[in-house]
Amino acid sequence: MNYQPVIGLEVHVQLLTDTKIFCGCSTTFGSEPNSQTCPVCLGLPGALPVLNGTVVEFAVKAGLSTNCTITPRSIFARKNYFYPDLPKGYQISQFEDPICQRGWLDITLAGQEPKRIGITRIHMEEDAGKLVHGDSDMGAGSGVDLNRACTPLLEVVSEPDLRSSDEAVAYLKQLHQIVTWLGICDGNMEEGSFRCDANVSVMPVGSQTLGTRAEIKNVNSFKFVKQAIEYEIQRQIDLIEDGGTVVQETRLFDPNSGKTRSMRSKEEAHDYRYFPDPDLVPLVISEQWIERSRSELPELPGQRQQRFMADLGLPPYDAEVLTASRALSDYFEAGVAAHGNAKAVGNWVMGEITRALNDSGSSIENCPVPPERLAELLKLIDNGTISGKIAKTVFDEMWKSGKAPRTIVEEQGLVQVSDSGAIEGIIDEILAANAGQVEEYRSGKERVFGFFVGQVMKASKGKANPALVNELLLGRLKGQDGG
Amino acid sequence: MNIFDLTIHELHTALKGKQVSSLEATSAMLKRIESVEPQVGSFITVTPEQALAAARSADQRIARGNCAKLTGIPLALKDIFLTEGVRTTCGSRILNNFIPPYSATSWEKLHDHGAVLLGKLNQDEFAMGSSNESSAFGSTRNPWDTSRIPGGSSGGSAAAVAARQAIATLGTDTGGSVRQPASHCGCVGMKPTYGRVSRYGVIAYASSLDQVGPLTRDVADCALMLEAVAGYDPKDSTSVDTPVPDYSTALGGGVKGLRIGLPKEYFIDGLDPDVQKAMAAAIDTFRRLGAEFVDISLPHTDYAVATYYLIATAEASSNLARYDGVRFGHRAQAGNLLDMYTKSRSEGFGSEVKRRIMLGTYALSSGYYDAYYVKAQKVRTLIMNDFIRAFNDVDVMLTPVAPTPAFKIGEKINDPLQMYLSDIFTIPVNLAGTCAMSLPAGFSAEGLPIGLQLIGKPFGEEAILRAGYAFEQATEWHTRTAAL
Ligand SMILES: [Zn+2]
Repeated sequence: MNYQPVIGLEVHVQLLTDTKIFCGCSTTFGSEPNSQTCPVCLGLPGALPVLNGTVVEFAVKAGLSTNCTITPRSIFARKNYFYPDLPKGYQISQFEDPICQRGWLDITLAGQEPKRIGITRIHMEEDAGKLVHGDSDMGAGSGVDLNRACTPLLEVVSEPDLRSSDEAVAYLKQLHQIVTWLGICDGNMEEGSFRCDANVSVMPVGSQTLGTRAEIKNVNSFKFVKQAIEYEIQRQIDLIEDGGTVVQETRLFDPNSGKTRSMRSKEEAHDYRYFPDPDLVPLVISEQWIERSRSELPELPGQRQQRFMADLGLPPYDAEVLTASRALSDYFEAGVAAHGNAKAVGNWVMGEITRALNDSGSSIENCPVPPERLAELLKLIDNGTISGKIAKTVFDEMWKSGKAPRTIVEEQGLVQVSDSGAIEGIIDEILAANAGQVEEYRSGKERVFGFFVGQVMKASKGKANPALVNELLLGRLKGQDGG
Repeated sequence: MNIFDLTIHELHTALKGKQVSSLEATSAMLKRIESVEPQVGSFITVTPEQALAAARSADQRIARGNCAKLTGIPLALKDIFLTEGVRTTCGSRILNNFIPPYSATSWEKLHDHGAVLLGKLNQDEFAMGSSNESSAFGSTRNPWDTSRIPGGSSGGSAAAVAARQAIATLGTDTGGSVRQPASHCGCVGMKPTYGRVSRYGVIAYASSLDQVGPLTRDVADCALMLEAVAGYDPKDSTSVDTPVPDYSTALGGGVKGLRIGLPKEYFIDGLDPDVQKAMAAAIDTFRRLGAEFVDISLPHTDYAVATYYLIATAEASSNLARYDGVRFGHRAQAGNLLDMYTKSRSEGFGSEVKRRIMLGTYALSSGYYDAYYVKAQKVRTLIMNDFIRAFNDVDVMLTPVAPTPAFKIGEKINDPLQMYLSDIFTIPVNLAGTCAMSLPAGFSAEGLPIGLQLIGKPFGEEAILRAGYAFEQATEWHTRTAAL
């Protein structure tokens, strides 16, 4: 039998606010255990939560950017369970009436039509602390570090609209791109700033009844998401084929083995006893507030991609690559503004810039060659001052020294030689010194031509205008006399 | 006259006129505490050194001509208010050794006024009770008859005022916990409108019902205390940002033309005859003073106690989850995490607290949530609407505070339902979120105080204070003192 996988994702997005969601403590990481705490995030008796307005702002941005409806009156709820990293014995989250509802993202897999993936809800909640086991700064035994407790999270819950691991990864990447683009999340999956749980089930192709799902926790890279989902799909199919049944449970993904293993069954599942948190008043968001927030949204990656294709004439592939991050695409746009030729700037950004960034392990935000300088370099090619080949040498120097391209060209005497007299002189010397090859060429071995070009360029230290070299060399070799 | 018999406003005049110093007043209070405490048991913790130090600094402040209404006045707080550096137990073994690192906003405000803290007062454990018998530190006794309960949960706060152990105190009222003990101990007790006083630093029992309230010798003192603690607190999202009136100056003006509602559901057959008599006399007094009475109905009153015990326990079951032995409070020795939780909580909580945690957990659990918690919230809305509708026709309401005077210690301890019914007239006010005050209105044949309740509109504290003040001026109940 053939099986149809059905996948839904729950993504936790850690927000880049300066302070925690319900208290004034800093969200800085890496500090001494329990140094970023106060009565509120320690869950001391008598302490009360006060909502951080920036969290609401960020949640609304995320909702509007994923086509959600913003709930005019949303409610915070308590999710009750005991765990040492949860100071109050409940997590403040949202249950009924979350801040964003009914959104969607369109994903496109290579060679396929776009597909719409529903977003059920986005809600705000606080993170828990961290358990520290064994010998550590906190001594032997187990300790609790509550620096992370009460840091703000968004949970983005998709509809079970995804049908393959590739679709799941495409959706996840797009969501990742949006939240980092908005600047509300640093997107660091390894450190858990953007983490994903996957609900996976399978059903016979053509069936209308969803299979029993397993929830896979702890998948912290795009690669692992793909691995975990594929493993889980196969596990469930094998189980059914062997006459077994899938049980509803929570499973943990082990990145070392690439497998998922059972963590707790439905029977062991918590009854979270959600109820509205009486310490927080309903969050009322006015229509004007939503509209203002909408008008302040930046151009989103999808929109910018469309504009790059329509207004700048970029091919779809280039448009996609150049909108991979907001910083990269801002860099590209600044370069185009300073230079004018989108295709030329795009090629350099996707080529030399990306290569140099990769080589140095740096990011576009810290690119030592600002886009205006790149434009200057390209102008030097355009007006024939340097060749495209020399430009790469100049670029490497710009990267290292931070100097302006014109300065480098002048200092190193890299101006292109377009004086035909001078080039002819070099050509004559080369031909004279290589009479044998000249004979070969004239007897029909035309591929020797490349040899002559190379020799001339070498003799000119790469500065000879390549087009002119070609033209003059051809004239000499095919020409009137052998000189 | 003894210093400990003075009211806030009397002592303030004496302090300002330099007839007495705060140090003298505080010493007198500490001596009084020492002498009557064995009979009454109002305190969990007395803080003589801190009190005397605070009194000295208050005297310096007064010497500089800076004598605010509460400067140098010796007060005490229910042990539910966090006091930085001073043990705060909430009447529970689980917080037996808890020294808070911060103070409740309401205490901070009193402290800023220069008030002197004498100590922390006994209460029902986590404010769950109507008799003070659920305290882990033994029950407080009623100063008027030490074989009887002082009421609860702010029983220590009421008893300390009645026994002249503090000039005034603060309590908290979730279902009547200020008003019922005030009534049983013959003092004035106010439950302000929900949101009027910050709950920050007050240990939560039922967050949507809890409200801080003063217990005092007379209405004028009640106004002074309320003025000092009321107001918006950015640390409490449920506190309301409306200006605090000058309650003291609102006291005069009388009740001529005041429309007072008598909700028929509060004048039931089971009412103690002495309570009935006191209410009838109070109505006569008000009528003589020019008030008009209107018969009204609050039709959903019957459902209030059941509604309260679902909402309050549901919230409590969650509020008390933080007492897990991990970060503070009692931690039992155990080999693993689950044992640590269960042992710490089993040892730390008393039986009434456990009963309410279980009740609330049940009301919130999957499959029962709609039938209990959600339904209770719907009934709560109906009860609120009862009040809104009735207040279209009247300015304030007059009712008894409790169906009977103080009962005997042990009388209802094994009958939780009977115990829960002692708050039948006070609970609806918490559910409606409005304000009410208990004030002395007579004595039973056995010499036990009986209180009357004035219920005001939301943020209508001025109206009930004014009516209470007029009543007090026309009667002498508040001038009687318990013989100890
Ligand atoms: Zn904090």
